[in-house]
Order: sequence, then C-alpha cells, then structure tokens
Amino acid sequence: MGESAAYIYLEDGTVLCGESFGSSSVKTGELVFTTAMNGYPESLSDPSYKGQIMIMTHPLIGNYGVPEKISQEGILHNFESEGIQVEGLIVSELTRSSKWNGKLDLGEWLDREGIPGVQGIDTRMLTKKVRDNGVMKCIVSTKGAIDDPRKALGEDYNSINFVERASPKKPIVHDSGKGNIVVVDCGVKHGILRGLSSRGYNVVRVPYDFSADRIRSFEPLGVVYSNGPGNPNLLAKTAESMRELSEYRIPMMGICLGHQIAGLAFGGTVRKMKFGHRAVNKAVVDSITKKAYITTHNHGFAMLREDVPEEGVVWFMSPDDNVVEGMMYEKRNVITTQFHPEARPGTNDADFIFSMFDNMIKKDRGSAYG
Amino acid sequence: MASAEHRKVLVIGSGPVKIGEAAEFDYSTSQALRALREEGFESVVLNSNVATVQTSHEMADKVYLLPVTPYFVEKVIQKERPWGILVGFGGQSALNIGVELGKRGVFSKYDVNVLGTGLTGIETALSREIFRETMKQHNIPIPKSASARSREVAISAAESIGYPVMMRVSFNLGGRGSAVLWNEKELIAEIDRAFAQSSVGEVLLEKYLHGWKEIEYEVVRDHIGNCVVTACIENLDPMGVHTGDSVAVTPAQTLDNYEFQQMRSVAIRVAEAIGLVGECNVQFALSPDSYEFYVIETNPRMSRSSALASKATGYPLAYVSAKLALKHMLYEIKNSISKSTTAFFEPSLDYITIKMPKWNMSKFDFVTNSVGTEMKSIGEIMSIGRNLEEAMQKAVRMLDINGEDGLVGGSVYSSAINRKDIEAALRGKRPYWFLYAAKAFKDGFSVEEVYALTQVDRFFLKKIKELVDVYEGREGKDQYLRLNALVFSDKQLGVEKQKSMAIKQIDTLAGEWPATTNYLYTTGAGGEDDINTDTGKKKLLVLGAGVFRIGVSVEFDYGAVALVRIAKRYFDEVSILNCNPETVSTDWDRVDKLYFDELTEETITSIHNKERFDSIATFTAGQIGNNLSVALEKRGIKLFGTTARNIDSAENRDSFSKLLERLDIKQANWISASSFNDIKAFIERFGFPVIIRPSYVISGSAMKIANNMEELNSYLGAATKLSRKHPTVISSFISEGTETELDCASDGRNVIGVPLCHVEEAGVHSGDATMMTPYLDGGSMSRMKEIALSLANELDIKGPFNIQFIVKNNEVLVIELNLRASRSMPFSSKAAGISLMGHAVEGIMNKFEWNGFREPEHHAFAVKSSQFSWGQLKGAYPFLGPEMRSTGESAAFGRTFGSALVKSWLGAQPNTIPKKGVLVYGDIDRGILKDAADSLARNMEVMTLDFAPMHNHHTIDAKKALQFMNSKTIDMVITNSDMRGLDYNIRRHAVDMNIPLVLNARLGRALADSMFSSELDCAEMREYWSDGMEGTEKVLQ
Repeated sequence: MGESAAYIYLEDGTVLCGESFGSSSVKTGELVFTTAMNGYPESLSDPSYKGQIMIMTHPLIGNYGVPEKISQEGILHNFESEGIQVEGLIVSELTRSSKWNGKLDLGEWLDREGIPGVQGIDTRMLTKKVRDNGVMKCIVSTKGAIDDPRKALGEDYNSINFVERASPKKPIVHDSGKGNIVVVDCGVKHGILRGLSSRGYNVVRVPYDFSADRIRSFEPLGVVYSNGPGNPNLLAKTAESMRELSEYRIPMMGICLGHQIAGLAFGGTVRKMKFGHRAVNKAVVDSITKKAYITTHNHGFAMLREDVPEEGVVWFMSPDDNVVEGMMYEKRNVITTQFHPEARPGTNDADFIFSMFDNMIKKDRGSAYG
Repeated sequence: MASAEHRKVLVIGSGPVKIGEAAEFDYSTSQALRALREEGFESVVLNSNVATVQTSHEMADKVYLLPVTPYFVEKVIQKERPWGILVGFGGQSALNIGVELGKRGVFSKYDVNVLGTGLTGIETALSREIFRETMKQHNIPIPKSASARSREVAISAAESIGYPVMMRVSFNLGGRGSAVLWNEKELIAEIDRAFAQSSVGEVLLEKYLHGWKEIEYEVVRDHIGNCVVTACIENLDPMGVHTGDSVAVTPAQTLDNYEFQQMRSVAIRVAEAIGLVGECNVQFALSPDSYEFYVIETNPRMSRSSALASKATGYPLAYVSAKLALKHMLYEIKNSISKSTTAFFEPSLDYITIKMPKWNMSKFDFVTNSVGTEMKSIGEIMSIGRNLEEAMQKAVRMLDINGEDGLVGGSVYSSAINRKDIEAALRGKRPYWFLYAAKAFKDGFSVEEVYALTQVDRFFLKKIKELVDVYEGREGKDQYLRLNALVFSDKQLGVEKQKSMAIKQIDTLAGEWPATTNYLYTTGAGGEDDINTDTGKKKLLVLGAGVFRIGVSVEFDYGAVALVRIAKRYFDEVSILNCNPETVSTDWDRVDKLYFDELTEETITSIHNKERFDSIATFTAGQIGNNLSVALEKRGIKLFGTTARNIDSAENRDSFSKLLERLDIKQANWISASSFNDIKAFIERFGFPVIIRPSYVISGSAMKIANNMEELNSYLGAATKLSRKHPTVISSFISEGTETELDCASDGRNVIGVPLCHVEEAGVHSGDATMMTPYLDGGSMSRMKEIALSLANELDIKGPFNIQFIVKNNEVLVIELNLRASRSMPFSSKAAGISLMGHAVEGIMNKFEWNGFREPEHHAFAVKSSQFSWGQLKGAYPFLGPEMRSTGESAAFGRTFGSALVKSWLGAQPNTIPKKGVLVYGDIDRGILKDAADSLARNMEVMTLDFAPMHNHHTIDAKKALQFMNSKTIDMVITNSDMRGLDYNIRRHAVDMNIPLVLNARLGRALADSMFSSELDCAEMREYWSDGMEGTEKVLQ
C-alpha cells in the first residue's frame, strides 16, 4: 500500500496493516469499540474517550462529513467538545460527504486535529478481539512501521489520571440563564451543558478537584458531576467534594463517571469491566416503574448490583448484564445515571432525567424560599 | 388472559400473492404461529393461499383454506369460537377485514379479543383523514394536505394546496390508485380510479415533496409503552416512488445523529398516538438540504418493510410482535439471535444491506414502463456486504436479470444507447435506474447531472461512480484488493479469478456480545471467518428460489422449508442459501445455518469450498436451481436427488423429445430450429398454429403461440435473445385439448403422484390456469401413470418432478417434464393430504415402501385459482396465453367441484359474486360463452357487446359498458382470447374499477354454472381428507 500504509500494534502482539488517513502521526491508547452507527462527530469529540483509540463497528464512516460548529454562550450544539478527543480512529472504510451541511470530510477533520486514522481493516475481527480479550493497549502509526512497539504498550493505563487532562484548569462560565448550576467538569460533554442551559440556568464549569467550599462559593442551585475518561478510583478529591456537598442537600446529579464517583463517595465500589459499554442502543430498566429506555453508554468501569452503597436505591438496571445503570440517594438529594441522558450520539429517550433534576432544584428552592 | 381451556387464536392470512402483498406475510404469519405455539395457544389460520408455509399443520393446529373475506372469517369465528384474533400479520387484506368485522360487531358478538394494536388505532392509521387530524393534535409535522370523498372536494383541495400534489388512497395496498398530479387535468383523469381503490372511497391530497428523501422507521411497542426502533431504512429513490419499488439501504447511511434521533422520537410519538401494541412502520419525507421533515404515513401491522427490516437486522419483528400481542413486555423476550440479551434493544449493524426490487414489465403488453407511486415490482432481494459497492454488485446479480452480472459491465452498461436515451431512462424512472446510472458514469455524466435526473442522494451516486471508475481502470489504486473488496464476479471481469472471501455472522450487536448465531453472509471485504466450517458433520445445502418473479414465488419457498424440515432426519446439518427477504426459508430459526447470499455458481462454489457439503439440493430453487445443476455437478459437487445430466436431458427440448420417441411416448410434432429454413420446412409439413419455446425457461418466458408467418417472424426475434446457449424449439400447438399434470416424487423406480386437470384449454399457461383434482378420466389417468413410471426409470428420477400432458381424443401427449418441485406441489400435497416433498426426500434416501405408482385417495374436490395483479400494472392489457402473467394463487376444497371452484375463485382479489349484471362477450369459443351467459341470465342481467353480439342477450356498446361499470350496473366481466384492438378500454376499465374479470370462456361457464347453486361449506383442511366430513357447516349462498 506504499506511502499510505498505516499500522496497528496491539498489546497481544497483533500487527495489522491498513490504509492511512487523517494526520501523519503515531499515537498510543486503549483500544475500544463503539457500535453506534452514526454520530461520529459527537463520539470523536467526547472527552470520555481521552486516551483511547476508537474502532467504529459500522463499516462506512464519514458519510455525512463534519458540520460547522454551532454554539450558544460557548455551549456547542453539534459537538461534545471543541476538538477530537480520541487518540486514533480505526474504520473499515472512510467515506466522503455529500451532505448539505458537511463542511469538512472526516479525513480532513482528523488531519486538522492531528489525529491518525486507519481504514481497510476487518473491524469486526478487531472488535471480537477486544470483546474476547478485553480492552488492550494499542498503537496507531500513520508514519510507517515502528521498531519496538512493546515499550509504548507497556504503560499502565489504569494509573493514569486522564481526568486531569480533560478537566479545565479554572472555572468557565456559560452565561445562559438565571441561577448557577456548577458542573464539576471531569471532561464534560457539551450535551450535558446544553441539557442544563436549555432549562434556563447559568452553567459554571469548575476543575474536577475543586473543594466543596470553592464549589459552594458559586451559590449553586444544583451541582452536576460530569462524565469523564479513565479510572474513577483515582479521583478521591472529587468523591470527597461530592460527599461534603451532599451534607447540605444541594440537589446533585452524577452522569457516567459522576455516577461512579457518587458510588465511591457514598461507600460503594467501582470495578473495571472487560470491555465496557460503548453504544447507543443499550437498554436500561427503571426498577420502580418497570419502564425501559434505549440509552447511550460509554464506560469501561461500572458498579455491579453487589457494589452499590447501602444507603442508595438502585434506580436503573441493565437487563442484559448485572450493571447498575442509575442510583437514587434520597437522603442526600442525589440522583445518578451510568448512562448518558444527553445521549449525543443516541436517542432522546432519557432527556427526562434533566427535567427530573430541574424539578429537584425547583422543589429545593421552593422549600428554601417558601 | 385466556383461560387454560380456551387458549385458541385465529390468525388471518393475506390471501394470494399479488403485487403489494407477497410472501412476506407468509413469513410474518408463520412467526406469529410459532409464537402462539410457544405460548401454548391452539392456532387456527385462515388463508386461501395454498402455496404458503403457514397453511400447513406443521405450523398451525387448524387450517382453513378459505377466501380472506369478512364473510368467511365470520364463518370460521362462528365455528371455532376463538379467544383471540390476530389481524396484523396478514397484510392490508387482513387488517381491512379486522376493521370491517369490528364495525359489524362480530368480535363482540362472539366475544373475540382483538390482540395487538386496537381497532381504533388501526383505523387512525389507515384513514388518511383521521390520521391527519391525529398527527395535528399531537403536534407531529405532516405535509400540507386535505382529504376528499368527492371529485369536487378533491379539485378544490388540490387548488388550495397548490400543484403538484400527491394523491393517496385510504385503506389500500401497493399504493394502488395513488399518483403525482401536476395539474387539474391530471387530477380529473385519475380521481375516479383512485376512489375505486379505497374501500371507504376516500383519498388524501398532499403537497408533493419533489426530490425529498424517503426514510422509514420500524417501531416496536409493548402494552405498557416501552418502545424500541429496530431499524431505519433509507430509500434511495426519492418521494414519489412507492417504497416497494425503491432501492433501500439499511441502516440509513446519510443521516446524522440529530436528524436520525429527531425522526426516531417522532416515530415513537406516532406509535403512541395510535396506541400501538406490536410493530409499525413510520414513513418520513426528509428535505435533501435542511433538517426539515414530515411524517407521511404509518402501517400498524407487519409489512414488506418489517420483513425486510427483520432480515436486515436479525431482529424478528413478527415473532416479537406476536409475543407483545399476548401482553409480554419487550425486555421479557429474549433476543433470539444473541440469546443472551433481551428484545428491548436496537440492533447495531456492522454491515450494509440493500434491497432491490424485481420487475417483470416485459410480460405485460402496454404497461407503463416506469416506476412511480403505484408498486409494480413482483419480487425483491436483499444483499449484505461490508461496503456499499459490494452490496450493490451482489444485489444486481441476485435480481437475476439476463445479461447483468453486477452493477457494471452488463448489457445496459455495454449497450450502444446514447446520452439522450440514458437521460430518458433516468428521468423517466425506468426500472433498474442504477444500471443506467452506472452507464451514465461510464459515458462521462457527472454526479450532479445524474442527481438532477434522479434525485438519488449524491452519496450513493458517488459510490456508483467510484465503482465505475475502478472497473474502467480510472483509479490508480491497488487493483486486486479493490476488486476483491468490491466483489466483481468472474463474468464481469471476463476471467476466473482467485478471490478471498470471509464468512461473517449477523448477530444484531455488531460483535459486541458473543453470539452463537447461524445467520451468515459472505464478504470480499473481510479477513477472518466468524465460524469454523470444518466440523466433520454430514451436511446438506438447500438452495432457495432467490428473487420472486412471475412463475417463481412462495410455492418454491414452501418446498424449501419442507425439504429442510424433512432432510434434518438424514443430515447432521441442513443449511439454506437464499437471498429473498420475504421468505420463510430465510427465517434463521428453521435451519442449522442460513447463508443469506447470492445464488450464483461462483458464490455457491466459494461457500462449498469452505463448508464441503455432502450434497446440494437444487430442486427447490425454481429455474435458478435447474440452471445451476449442471454447472455445480461439473465442479464435482454432488446434487441431492436426480443427477444434473438427467435434469439436462429433460430440460433440453431436443434431447427430451428424442427420449420420448425412444420410450414411445406421444408428443406434439416439434423441431429444434437452428435456422429459419428448418422452421419453414416444419410449417410446410405440419402447419400453424405453432408454439415457440426456448429451452430452460420457467413461467413460459418468451413462449408464444404463432398463428401465421407474420406472428412467427415477430416473436422469433424476442425469443432467441433469451437463451443463447440453447436452440429454440418450435412445436405444433394442440388446440382444444385438455391439459393435465402429475405432481410426483420418485425413488428412481416407483412413483407417488397427484393428478391435476386444468379448467382452461391448453394454450393457457399452467401457472395461470384453474386446476382441479382429482382427475376423473380413468383411461387417460392410467396412461399418465405409465408415462410417469417410464420416465422415472429412464431418467433415474430421485426426488420431486412434474409432468404436463395434453389429453385430446383419448390420446395422452407429453408437453414437458420438470425435474424439480413444481409450482403446484403445495396445492397437490394439501389437496391429497400428503407431503410430496417428504416423499421426495424418502425417494432420494431409498425409503419407499411400495412398488409401482401410488395415487393417494381423494375424498373431496380441490381447486386452485390464479390471482392476477392487472390493477396494479397500469395500462397492461389483461389476457391469457402461453406466457404466465398471474402473481399468485388461491385454493379451496369442496364436496362438489362447483363449491371448491367458487370458493377458490373468490379467494383471489377482487373476485366477488355479481349482484347486478354481467358483461359476457368474445370472438372465439362463442358457444361456451353463450352457455355461460344463458346460465347467468337465470340469476341476473346479462349484457353483451355490439361487436360480438350474442343471441337473446342485451347488446350494448363499449361506451355504455364503461358507464355501467362506473355505476356498478355491470359487476363482472367474462371474456376470452386477445381482442386488444376492440376491447382494451373495457378490460382495462374493469381492472381499474376492481370489477372481477374472467378471461377464459371455459372458466366463465364453470363459474356461471356453480356460483349460485353451490354450498360454500367451511371445514378444516383435515376434514376433507377423510370420508366423514364431520362438522362441515353448510352455508347457502
């Protein structure tokens, strides 16, 4: 394949050769797959994917290009962050756009963002490898073959604090309404920000390691612990701030990583999964109403039923495995979901979670002022 | 819930295969029956379509082979007193009956629960007016529209909406009567026909969204409101082309997350608005250059697209819907593919599927040869690939169009048509636009130019262009890898090339969960097989019949399914290869392995090279199977049953005629013509009429009767084009003979067979003829048996076969021998209460336990009638001849021939017993027509036409006849032969106004003699297999 050859090296010794696109570079990451069939601009810009190389299982990717960014008060409507967050992209076939709002081709976008891509790979074969062996370290090179891939592949990813890389260094304010909601930003998706701002709140993003006091200084009507990449067990400070804030019964919501942080804060345990949930077609069942929803998942760690804190009530379960998909901590005024109510990509089924949080805040203010 | 002793459910089928309602409803009903059985319910199925899998006791506990009409459904309810009824699995026909019986209070009268979506919800979806209002109430976006029940209202509504408008019809199927209207004149021309197609006389006029994309969502909802959207289908053809005639890709390829999810949420709201319990399809129009979209309609039932979506995703929609109708919740049902997850999920696909329609336009004289709002295709295929080019290439080959071995390089591609012709074909929506698009790109058209002509999304057009570029060597990339991944066939490349192929699984979850799925396809764009084929098991591969076309339909699928079931007794692993998403044979739950792939020599060989089948059965694959037999045997593959060499001896007219001579079996005079001088000499000796018959054809493709030199010359050109490898055979046409058949199975020595006799005279294709059994002429029958035994021994026939005869003046002549499952085999099996396919397998395995010819005993009459789809094929001239034109069949039993005939005939749409007047006329067989007219005249008014007057009957002119049809003063027409110069408008008007049309004098007379005097008894199938006829209810018409 000459100049355009690209190489994939896996922890288990597998070497694959494909055709390169995007930027000419070498990147290392944890190899994961998503089964979402569209929504690649949202997935690739999701900060939870920091440190990961993504396989997309649908064979044609790029069909509608990459749109121009649309934003309001700094909150993006059609991307989850300002740029691509994954380290590399592996697809069966990269395609070009013909769509009316496809501003860039996907390949061009990766090139601009310095991200390498590989196509011409039997992605089903690679996905099955990840499924059977669990997530693996992986190198993608679009700059030719690598002499000693083992070195880069030896790094221990579970000890890297990726949240530190994804979280802002100082607060960011989105002046979009009345009354502050503080988002403890572990790598928040703009879909979450929009879920809050569209309900008429100001959104204040603070670094992941802000103390409870510093968070309280914004006089938040509610606090959200966001999604984010990597291992939640490394985030003791964040769990600490959540525990402390819960003493004040400020309405709080945890999403994805935030759900795991709450679990840790209130006495549960969180474990690494074999290959995680990364899809937009995942069922969750409300344990109370028995209603089921199709939701977006993106997590490599989880709480199983036996891992949850005693004081919490299991709110949502996955009917397919033993993963707890949502918790309620009534005493502390906290709700958490392992899935993404903002979806993006994914269905609008769970948008009501934001409305529930909105109601918690309204009720809280009612009691405070009434 | 049903009490333990009263767990009985009646399932209504869809009747005969017609354009718009085909085998997909055999698939859905069969799944529903399986779900009922699993839940411990007794199932009763009512359907006149004898060729289906559902109308067998393997599937249903009780089978009523009766017309799918309110009258007969009520009779069966009265007799069976079921606890519940399912009306959502038999297409529009069953659904309309559900609504009708609900209105008449039949369900409450007999205390029958309508399971699944309620009748109010169904009516909301089916009535254009109520649907429109409901959508408005729920703030669901719909195009500007208005409904109308009169011509005046329609005109003013169209005026206020603004032309062009799309006219849609309430409560119909196949888009019948719908049209895009560009001005008032067009509206006036089309409106009466549209009203006639609606059972409630209602049309909807809506703004025509020219050039918009058409997107479909499949929504599943349980009774507590849990919803999943299991598939999103993207139609390549824009709005204005019926979805049944569109090329469709699953999953949708050009939607971004925002629009995909917006429409998905709206689709769920539509389902909620109609109180869906089960599955529905919601169709959207999507702007090609903005996020604007509208809901167009919903089908609150199993549909063609739900069958397609099931096969495309691996999510068994009909099975799940049946469970939901029995009040299960979605997450209580297991994902039948992954077996580890539940049915509450939305499949993720790591492959692409394409559905392409199959048209048979050339069989219909004067038909409008263009694709539009009314469905005209006869069948469809689905291809699976890991890239779009691969899927398109495979799809074209699956369509089995003569001379097209892929999207590029075939007849159209290599033809000399010029730029103007290409433009005309694309703009005029000629069938198979994609072949013309490839030709256009070959000849230098730009994507924009083709887009302007077709409004097919540029994304897909670019892909076609890329394929052309690779094929033409315009791309400098590594050719071998590209060619392999884009699966060019050997025929396209002109050489036999070593290609790599991988077997992949369809697991609904894109590889996320380990699945032991047996649903497989092959791809040139993959590096690793998902399965281990080297199992050491004893393996049989059964070939399905592929795409349905006139002459190859659900009856072959019935054969394949029966074969799989029985062959499991003798093989460790029985696999099926087929590519038709409408079928039961491609239900992965029925086989050990399902290969959803091409039925081509190349693909079969490459699968065989991995699987090493012990044998391959070709006899359930229709004509495709026979055509493949020789090629496969040459490659050293063992056929299941009769050898290819012997099949060839029967298929090749030349060698077969010589064989008959040798065995002293009479046949018509014939000649294998290789030059025009041969033909001349033959005609000088034997005279006209002659029949022209190319070898290796099914359904009489290009078969013509020539009465004179002029006709002969004009037909010869067309026929010789069809089969280059084989010579054309000319034989004397024996008029006035009775045509009979034997459907048989043999072990090479002994034969079991069921005789059939045609009502119509020879010259009407056997697929269009009305057939009856038993055959009561003992003398001819014993000669037919002798011939069958003699041929079985001579050709060492193992398995199923069919012989067609002409009986004239007590002489039995052989017309042809088919060494495969016949079209009539399901009918003859069910009529006789035996499984001919079961005997066929036993014959092959040498398990026969008798000697000589065995004829099953008959205790009742059975008649099979043909279903035509003239109404759907705008402009086509209805007539019968040696070329088959019917699309389906219905059948019924009776204690008398008349009773069976009338019920069978009523089973085909739009047949009804006339109430006011019958028009009878014709230019030949006038004596028989006169008998029919005289017989009818005892019960009603009979009219005849001035250009063919008939003594004692009221004569009217053509103009008057059309008026009387409009006023329904004439509600049946009986005629015969081909009089297109005189009566084109009359026949056409009859079918456009849904007036029963009988095209043969003998059939007309038989009906006239029976219609008013026969008891229309309603008994279960088994009751006709024994003398007792217990419980038969006699109903006086």
